[in-house]
Amino acid sequence: MTAQIKRWSAAGLFTVAALAARTAWAQAGADTDYRWLTFTVFAVIILITMYVTYVAAKRVRSASDFYTAGGGVSGFQNGWAIAGDYLSAASFLGIAGLIALYGYDGFMYSVGFLVAYITVLLLIAEPCRNIGRYTLADILAYRNDPKKTRIVGALSVIAVSTFYLTAQMVGGGVLVKTLIGINYETSVTCVGVLMLSYVLFGGMVATTWVQIIKAVLLVCASLVIVGLVWVQYGFSFPAFLQGIVDDPRVQARVASLLGDPAKNMSALELGQRFLEPGLYFKAPIDQISLGLALIFGTAGLPHILMRFFTVRTALQARRSVVWAMAIIGGFYLLTLFLGFGAAHSVGPANIAAVDAGGNMAAPLLAQYIGGGPNSLFGNFMLAFVSAVAFATIVAVVAGLVLASASAIAHDLYVGVVRAGKPVTPEGQVRAARIATLVVGAASIAIGIGAKGQNVAVLVGLAFAVAASANFPCVLLTLYWKRCNTGGIIAGMLVGTIAAVGLTLVSPNLTYPRAVKAAAHKVLDGEAAKRTASGEALASSDADVVTKAKKDLAALDKAVAKAHADIDKWGDATTSFMGLEEPLIKMKNPGIFSIPLGFLAVLIGSLLFRDRRAEELWNEVYVRQNIGLLVSKSTAH
Amino acid sequence: MTTPATVDWDAIIKDPRFQSLHRRKTSFLWGLMAVSVVYFLMLPIGAAYFQDLFDVRVWGVVNVGLLFALSEFVVTLGIAILYSRKASSDFDVVAAEISADFAKRGATPSKE
Repeated sequence: MTAQIKRWSAAGLFTVAALAARTAWAQAGADTDYRWLTFTVFAVIILITMYVTYVAAKRVRSASDFYTAGGGVSGFQNGWAIAGDYLSAASFLGIAGLIALYGYDGFMYSVGFLVAYITVLLLIAEPCRNIGRYTLADILAYRNDPKKTRIVGALSVIAVSTFYLTAQMVGGGVLVKTLIGINYETSVTCVGVLMLSYVLFGGMVATTWVQIIKAVLLVCASLVIVGLVWVQYGFSFPAFLQGIVDDPRVQARVASLLGDPAKNMSALELGQRFLEPGLYFKAPIDQISLGLALIFGTAGLPHILMRFFTVRTALQARRSVVWAMAIIGGFYLLTLFLGFGAAHSVGPANIAAVDAGGNMAAPLLAQYIGGGPNSLFGNFMLAFVSAVAFATIVAVVAGLVLASASAIAHDLYVGVVRAGKPVTPEGQVRAARIATLVVGAASIAIGIGAKGQNVAVLVGLAFAVAASANFPCVLLTLYWKRCNTGGIIAGMLVGTIAAVGLTLVSPNLTYPRAVKAAAHKVLDGEAAKRTASGEALASSDADVVTKAKKDLAALDKAVAKAHADIDKWGDATTSFMGLEEPLIKMKNPGIFSIPLGFLAVLIGSLLFRDRRAEELWNEVYVRQNIGLLVSKSTAH
Repeated sequence: MTTPATVDWDAIIKDPRFQSLHRRKTSFLWGLMAVSVVYFLMLPIGAAYFQDLFDVRVWGVVNVGLLFALSEFVVTLGIAILYSRKASSDFDVVAAEISADFAKRGATPSKE
């Protein structure tokens, strides 16, 4: 591809993005006076990333440039890029939302996401840098049968990336729709086209820089918001939380979550309950299972592993994880203030009214802090946070597409299809670009096709497969002498099947019977509630009347939803899997599927002995321990 | 990639410095890993089975549970910094010594 064509295509893609932003401008729901502002902020951020891509495109000449930015990323830069890859819209908007709606339990998520990096730092990052080249399958193929392990490794990478990518696309589509008012299909297409332009032209160089820019913007925006929230309490932690406990809207939220047991509690007790565990997580074992999937799954996510090939030495790989942990940890501490701040300033009920999952908590807080829906600064803050959220989705999707494309082009095409027949450097880059285009187009199609899918199921699946298949295989091939091809294949198969299988029979799926039962319950209680609210409407107390009006509006909504659910599910009695009710009670399969994955690698390795794997062990053993000078020499 | 045949991996493994490095590294890494996993799991376990303890208020409305969750951040980052320091000042130095030594002996890693 000549530079000229690249420049023109980049210009074309920018026009598409600009048009998309114009559509947003034309169709935006609220704040008509400030559409120009939303448009300007989006355009500025897109322009900056486009310029970076344009500069990066000139530097992408070899497969190594395309997949790993030529190994020329510093530990500090890579740390920001890892943070950019990791702080997906689901995690930053989702967790702030969970904290705003459920208090303490939401914050427990933040902790798990940070601790996950300890596994990456201690066990995975440095050996991967010392042994791998571009992909996860490189590590597996090092001392095992290259063809077979590349195939299973690449397939697993594609599976994990597809689950994660679909979740990001669906979540992103809904989010962009809510934030700027364009329809779902258009927003998925915008995310896809923009992401493709970064990856296709700029490869890993552009993807890395887009991630760095996005992470810096995200952290800055959060620092400003948290500063403005916290300064009202003189930066005192107990005073800030006291404000939450005293807030009547927070107290009302806890009362509605607890139901009957809340009747005997005082207002302050209700407020205090928001700071205590148990409002979101009900089954303890589920919590532990989720925790395991988080701390072991992160170390098996291909787009995170791939980031360690962009630095030159194990020392830089280590530095990058420590930087990433400082950034991610600092950011998740901020989510505590974002979430509680939103609960206090905007109110849990108002947040849930815009989006039931609470995803709009942070953007709404930004608007409030800036001066509210009718102020220039308030709308600037809203536009800024929305634009950062949009950039976030695009950047995370870019990382995922790059991981899948490298699995297809580097592992399946160069490593398996053309095994023994060397591919020229130009041919490798061409293969990578074609694979990117295919994966990108597929991701847009999947995103549109998966409209309305449960995002939590997909993210859970990605983490479960990564923790149960990828993690045991990578860990054991690095640390266990007897590990071999048989073990890798068995581990990948059993881990994936166990994780996917258990998720498919878990309560995560929709069970029409339960949905319909819940809908009928709402309808049965309708009459009684209407009478009660009707009586309250006649009251002379203005507060009681306002509350009754609100209750009635909520009831109308619930009844409409119940009717819709009953119509939607009709005569269906079983889930997608043909089950009337879940076979297991747990939402997250980790606690079973992770040990199964490990067991499969052990048994597979012992059943099928492989001399080559054991002969090469000494090399792997030395390299993963003292890769220092050896890896320096490979970088020349 | 270096060509494996040009480096005498077995000789490196037999070197007592390598064996001692590997021993110290293994116990340090897996020890820290065990501490992190156990400390992390104490959070969901505590929240689920020791809720009364987590609810005790110690600093205004701030309760044990919140402080424990915040301590996870401190402990996790502390472990990261501890490992990073140890690796840079100890493991990397010994590893560099061994590599340099074997490079000098003629077992030069080949270029790409």
